[in-house]
Amino acid sequence: MTDQTSTPTAVSALDAATPRPRWQVILIRPETMTFVLLVLAFVVSSSISPYFLDINYILSSFTLYAEFSIVALVLTMVIIAGEIDLSPAANMALSACLFAWTYQATQSMPLAIAVGLGAGLAMGAFNAVLVIGLQLPSIIVTIGTLTLYRGLAQIIAGDQSIRLPDYFIGINNDLWLGVPVPVILFLVVTIALAFFLGATIWGRQIYQIGTNEVAAQHAGIRARRIKFMLFLAMGFASAVAGMMTASRLGSVRYDLGLGGELQMVLMAMLGGTYIFGGRGTILGTFLAAWLLSVISTGMLTAQWLPATQLCVLGLLLIISIVATNLIYSRTQR
Amino acid sequence: MNALRSILLRRETGIAVMIVLFVIAVGIAKPRFLSLEYLRIILLLTPLIMIGAMGQMLVLVARHVDLSIGSTQAFAAMVTAMMFKFHPEIPWYLGFLVSIGVGLGLGLVNGALTTLFRLPSIIVTLGTLNLYRGLTFIISDARQVDRQYIPSALKAMSTTSPILGIPWIIFMALGVAVLTYWFASHTRVGRQVFALGSNPVAAPLRGIRVNAVTLMVFSISGALAGLSGIMYASRWGFVNPSNTGAGFEFQVIAAVVIGGVSINGGVGSVLGVVLGVLLLGCVSAALPLLGIPGTAQSAIYGAVIIIALLIDRSVRQRGIAALAAQRARA
Amino acid sequence: MLKRHLLAGMAALGLVATFATGALAAHDFKIVYIGKNTGNPYFDSINGGFVDACKQIGCQYEFVAPATAEATSQIPIIEAQIQRGVNVIAIAPNSPDAMNQVLDEARAKGILVLAVNGDLVGNESHRDANILPVDFTKTGPNQVELMGSLIGYKGDIAILSATTEAPDQNTWIAAMKKTLAEDPKYKDMKLVATVYGDDQPEKSTTEMEALLSNYPDLVGVIAPTTVGVAAAAQVVQQRGIADKVHVTGLGLPSEMRDFIKDGTVKAFQLWSPYNEGWLAAYFADGVLNGTIKNEVGTKFDVPNLGSITIGDKNVMNTQAELTTFDASNIDKFNF
Repeated sequence: MTDQTSTPTAVSALDAATPRPRWQVILIRPETMTFVLLVLAFVVSSSISPYFLDINYILSSFTLYAEFSIVALVLTMVIIAGEIDLSPAANMALSACLFAWTYQATQSMPLAIAVGLGAGLAMGAFNAVLVIGLQLPSIIVTIGTLTLYRGLAQIIAGDQSIRLPDYFIGINNDLWLGVPVPVILFLVVTIALAFFLGATIWGRQIYQIGTNEVAAQHAGIRARRIKFMLFLAMGFASAVAGMMTASRLGSVRYDLGLGGELQMVLMAMLGGTYIFGGRGTILGTFLAAWLLSVISTGMLTAQWLPATQLCVLGLLLIISIVATNLIYSRTQR
Repeated sequence: MNALRSILLRRETGIAVMIVLFVIAVGIAKPRFLSLEYLRIILLLTPLIMIGAMGQMLVLVARHVDLSIGSTQAFAAMVTAMMFKFHPEIPWYLGFLVSIGVGLGLGLVNGALTTLFRLPSIIVTLGTLNLYRGLTFIISDARQVDRQYIPSALKAMSTTSPILGIPWIIFMALGVAVLTYWFASHTRVGRQVFALGSNPVAAPLRGIRVNAVTLMVFSISGALAGLSGIMYASRWGFVNPSNTGAGFEFQVIAAVVIGGVSINGGVGSVLGVVLGVLLLGCVSAALPLLGIPGTAQSAIYGAVIIIALLIDRSVRQRGIAALAAQRARA
Repeated sequence: MLKRHLLAGMAALGLVATFATGALAAHDFKIVYIGKNTGNPYFDSINGGFVDACKQIGCQYEFVAPATAEATSQIPIIEAQIQRGVNVIAIAPNSPDAMNQVLDEARAKGILVLAVNGDLVGNESHRDANILPVDFTKTGPNQVELMGSLIGYKGDIAILSATTEAPDQNTWIAAMKKTLAEDPKYKDMKLVATVYGDDQPEKSTTEMEALLSNYPDLVGVIAPTTVGVAAAAQVVQQRGIADKVHVTGLGLPSEMRDFIKDGTVKAFQLWSPYNEGWLAAYFADGVLNGTIKNEVGTKFDVPNLGSITIGDKNVMNTQAELTTFDASNIDKFNF
């Protein structure tokens, strides 16, 4: 306290620092980097294969990633709040298995859907209780639950596929105004969550919780409750995504979405979300989902070996976090 | 101090008790489990994970994580195997140097990216996990190195040795564990790793060269993963770009977490990790014997991890309560 | 000779016809083979057959495979091939039914769909034809006979298979069980267990070790999968019990050579995967040019393979019986 009054010149010098120009604030951010990479991905993909540049093909290829992308949007919020959830893909599988199994047993679609969604919520709640109630580290808890849920799915479905009725299959082929339904769903969820995160009070609170949970709690923010809701939301979103995937594939297997958790984290990271919380945007993850889809589809269409595709994805991740970190450290004051 | 020490001690005894209970339970159902033959099977399941776990423990204690060890194992194994295949004139034991060296190099890359750019290690190693796996496919042209190219002397190391017929690789794994214990408890650098992990902000103020220590733990993790690579070739007799090292990182992390190493750094013991590896080995060996289908294995692993976490937390809570009570009395 | 001239003549006519009509060049079609996964040495052989056949025919051939052998891993690849405008998709399916939709999409666009080395069991209507190395209904009995001859037709045996959903293995195992139950020659042989190694070397090894522990009287193990038979042989070799427990199954000569040479395994069986690729390419060529009618009962000739008949459900085989490999002939093969 006494220091401040004895050095008034230092204080006012800080006050007088010029604010960053508006264009810098808007443009120099991780989302721009994602956007630039996306444009580059389009250019590269078109050049390595003449078959790529077909808007219908690009849109229908995105449906392969749409399910993970929707969950990744919710995951972004969880990461911003300072936690992580690696169990969504296994959640998708287990909810889908329970959904299909219920339908097989009762032939009642509404009941099956209710069971599927309920299961997803229950799994989200289980995660939430362990992480928030018992205060265990979320990364290890969700590695544990991811193994557990996947294993339970294996026990329920065995190694068989459970088939679904024809009217339920093929959501990715349904078009609305020429765009596949999953893509439209993704757009809708993006807009809704972007509004929630960017313009509502809870959205601001999520950022604050991620930046400094203790300070947020002292400021009166009910951090535990908000984080609990986020895990529940993850569970719900995973269940929906699981059923969407089941519709696309026509049948449900225990290995539905295997490896999906890494893809979701990849999308969040490529979108400029900071792994330790406090920073990230829905727009970033949205762009990153498209980036991943475009690059993967491009490499696939050009018949690149899976090996090369892995290398490219790995390099992409490293480059994007280097850039994200550089941007954040430069723009920090 | 007394309260703290009793917590740590309790952690390892907790795992040891779990192992004993599990073995007895399975032994009642299937007496064959209590045989020397099964001890051999359990021990043979563990050497690779043991070695990987030692490296991962150091990384976790330093408050980082290395998810790329599976792919490092694959790449190092493939380089060594291809050397055996295309240059059979090179003495086979030099393969160890190659494997460890390659792993060390890959670990250095991880460490460099983490320290130079101050990137979170979880993301860096997620990226290198993919990158190294892809490179493994590329250098091998997506083909596996068949059994006939792996030197028989190397394969024999997994079969037996003059000492009680216990395979050499088990001794190697134990040797690495002992070395890690000595490093962690009796060298200055080892203690610095623990100090760095428990308080990364205070560490440089205490004269710890953070970047150098971080580079070192990643290099060690990589080198040990590389060692596990040539041991893969010894144990299984071939190297395959898809299968080698697949899922390795998860098994290692499970063992390390069960062994009481904290994800927040600063806490961990070699004995705990050894016991954690053994517990997982017992569970793996018991499942086929009990006729539990492979489909249930993942669920059981997941349950084991969660139980270990819960035990860990309850132990810590009691320890914290004891500390608080002690302070209140003081 | 005459047949060659006929084929050449028809090819020439075909070429002339297409130049005249300006349609797709006769032998220049694009064909892709989608394997189960990369890094699997078995598919390298089939690939070789395709490559050599296309060199002769003039077709453009590529091999792709997903990174893992999961049921749905081939779907994005098939969609990419459709987009690339290939004329023929040959595939070794990872699942009998997961790809029904996408294969229908391909056929709707006029792409010829062939299942090679495995079939879409129960979903045959979603592919145009199927090429198998041998008559899969004979594989089971052949393997049982080989096992019997090694153990004196007496004793407890077990099966170490791949994944539980693999359509090919399951066909063979069903036939094995039937043979053991019905043929009096094997009345003293008892099947005590069937375990699954998922085509993973680690899992196959632990399952084999569990078999040895759970059934101490076991005298034989049949592993009708190349990964399984190699893993089982390795366990037997490590324990030195080759004279007590006999391992056989379907194996690749390159992987089993060491085991044959040191006596761990006396004999095993397989076919020539190379021939499958060869036949598939020639068959595709014939169908696209109209020289082969894709109907049950059609007979046609393929260089080096002789006469091939299209059997029930549009299935073709490259050879009649399994080839048995043992110490006498193991060095003659290089795959």
